[in-house]
Amino acid sequence: MLKLIALLATFLICAPAGATESYGMPKLDIGKGGQCVAPTEWMRVNHMKVLFKQRDETVHQGIRGSKYSLKNCVECHASLRDNSVIGRPDSFCEGCHRYEAVKIDCFECHSSKRSTALVQEESK
Amino acid sequence: MANHSPMLFRTRLYYALLAAGGLVAMMGLYAAHMMEEHGHIITGMNNQIVWGMPHVFAIFMIVAASGVLNIASIGSVFGKAVYKGRAPLAGMLSIALLAGGLTVLMLDLGRPDRIIVAATNFNLTSVFAWNIVLYSGLFTFVALYMWTLLERRMNRWIKPAGLVVFTWRIILTTGTGLIFAFLVARQAYDSAILPPMFLVMSFTWGLAVFHVVQSAMYTWNNRIQDPVILNRMKVLLGIFVLGTLYLVAVYHMTNLYFAKQTAFEHFILVSGGIYPWMFWAGYVVLGSLLPLLLIYHPSLGKPKFVVLASMMVILGGFALLYVFIIGGQAFPLDIFPGYQVTSSFGDGQIGQYQPSLYEFLLGFGGLAIAFLITTVGVHALNFMPPQDKPRTEYK
Amino acid sequence: MSDMNEQRRQFLKTSVGAAAVAVAPGMLMFDMARGDTEPVSSKVRWGMLIDTANCADCDKCVKACNKENGLSGGLSPTDSQWIRKVELKDMRTERSLALPMMCQHCEEPPCVDVCPTGASFKRADGIVLVDKHLCIGCRYCMMACPYKARSFVHEPLHDQKPDVPRGKGTVESCTMCVQRVDAGKIPACAEACPNKSILFGNLNAPDSEIAKKIRTVASTQIRADLGLDTGIRYQGL
Repeated sequence: MLKLIALLATFLICAPAGATESYGMPKLDIGKGGQCVAPTEWMRVNHMKVLFKQRDETVHQGIRGSKYSLKNCVECHASLRDNSVIGRPDSFCEGCHRYEAVKIDCFECHSSKRSTALVQEESK
Repeated sequence: MANHSPMLFRTRLYYALLAAGGLVAMMGLYAAHMMEEHGHIITGMNNQIVWGMPHVFAIFMIVAASGVLNIASIGSVFGKAVYKGRAPLAGMLSIALLAGGLTVLMLDLGRPDRIIVAATNFNLTSVFAWNIVLYSGLFTFVALYMWTLLERRMNRWIKPAGLVVFTWRIILTTGTGLIFAFLVARQAYDSAILPPMFLVMSFTWGLAVFHVVQSAMYTWNNRIQDPVILNRMKVLLGIFVLGTLYLVAVYHMTNLYFAKQTAFEHFILVSGGIYPWMFWAGYVVLGSLLPLLLIYHPSLGKPKFVVLASMMVILGGFALLYVFIIGGQAFPLDIFPGYQVTSSFGDGQIGQYQPSLYEFLLGFGGLAIAFLITTVGVHALNFMPPQDKPRTEYK
Repeated sequence: MSDMNEQRRQFLKTSVGAAAVAVAPGMLMFDMARGDTEPVSSKVRWGMLIDTANCADCDKCVKACNKENGLSGGLSPTDSQWIRKVELKDMRTERSLALPMMCQHCEEPPCVDVCPTGASFKRADGIVLVDKHLCIGCRYCMMACPYKARSFVHEPLHDQKPDVPRGKGTVESCTMCVQRVDAGKIPACAEACPNKSILFGNLNAPDSEIAKKIRTVASTQIRADLGLDTGIRYQGL
């Protein structure tokens, strides 16, 4: 019986680790919004794993067009004001990453702007 | 080894040395930070000269790091008693130099924040990937070797440990030479003589560095070096300088013989501006002939001249590496043999290189790190060779 | 006794539950990992045949490459150039010609051999690329390339093209417009050449235009003596 309580207690203690809402979380400008390719809570925990796997498939095997590609994320989630996922405190990527103090490396190389907007700019 | 009082630096001197070394190291780290912030555009390196001053410093230190273990090997592996007492110092110097050299190399990377990537993704055909294993292995094995030297109960393992270190560092220096030897497209490299040349260069520079450090230690501890031992090490340095000179000569002479290499050799030896200067004045005269004179001339064989010779050998080593690494890149690739070429990307043109201050700061920062490790190590542990007689009067 | 069994049952339930929770995301990702397109295969080998006799006195290929890939077009020693026009003059006969020079997409690339992290790699369809996620910026591949094809990014970049990520501190070179090739198009340089001197195609398909042409006209690889089996061949050299 004691062992069961101990086991349950361990799980309860770990429960907050799975929680994805916490005090002071920023309000994000989620761009187009609507239905994400995966549930929000799941995405909050797993988006990096998904991106890491997808990038290897794209670069090494030429598999493109996946709903998990970075370009696709940016397409939806870039702010409708400045077409970017970084740059403002409430930008989609910047908001949470700043809050969690995790440096974003992606946009050193990747464009943070919505590609359809860039195409429009170019054709002008 | 155990019945000596620990080395006591005059405390003020010790802290002064630490402060000086620390300052230079900080400047080096500042330079690295600037390079990471702003990119390599603040250095003199470009798409033609991709490896610059930092690499000259780094490769000198890495090559010397492996060569300085010679002293230890002669004692532990080849059984010469005189050198046995010097083995711990040699081991510590090796670690210090390797740490300094690798720091410069890693901080010069375009993405130094990706060291973990380098440590976890290995391309087995790449010499650089082998080097990651070889360098970490050298740290480990030298540390173990020093343990066998300094811990009396482990003394019976000195010979096997020494043998492992000896073999490992021969492979490591060969690897350093292979970095260049495998570059089939470059006229300056692509030669099987480079690994042996680097090996003998390591013997020379390692001994020269060891000598300078040892002399400094003796002076700062008011001891005199035994002239007989000094003489033996001096003669050894002379042999190594001659050996390096021989291999460099063979390298250039074989190159000169091939018609397709003549233009390159002419550039390096005659017409390349700074490169012939560095080669002849820096390496041949200052780095080889003058030290040989100091070593072999009967009236000049005093201790202080040996230190001077060692310092000149070190400077000559830097000069040789400058010509080898940077001169080798400055000469344009021969992509279209038989054609004169021009393009917007420097084809057919001599590459221009002006090292920037940041590169020097980074290089000296690496030297400073090696210096700091040596200073602290020598202060904390007993590295003084035992057989020498202490001076009876103090200043 | 039954109490013990009850405890065992509970324990098994919890641990199986925990295991399922641990394994589920992995299984989910496996399902989603199969992307929309197929992986490239070595049945295809992309290559180019460049007719130097028809290489006009222009640099439209360079400009097209710069535009497609978001390069600055600058010509200083620290600017990236993925393709360049090279003017040649035979030293003995004094015959002049010009040709565009880019990454030769070798079958045995020296840059791939020397890269410590495996960032420089050859895709199954023959295109040699740099995986910027792995590149540490050591520049060893730049030392190894016989064609001086690679450039190092010396300063922070902004406004990269979404399909062509490029960043400070990594090495880059001609990708054979892999983002276009994967979409069924031809590289920008091939499309831009006014004389159609750059012919792009599948070297492995016996009836492709390029394969038929290299069977009939004399073409050569640059620095063929190195035995790298380049994917780019030149006519009239």
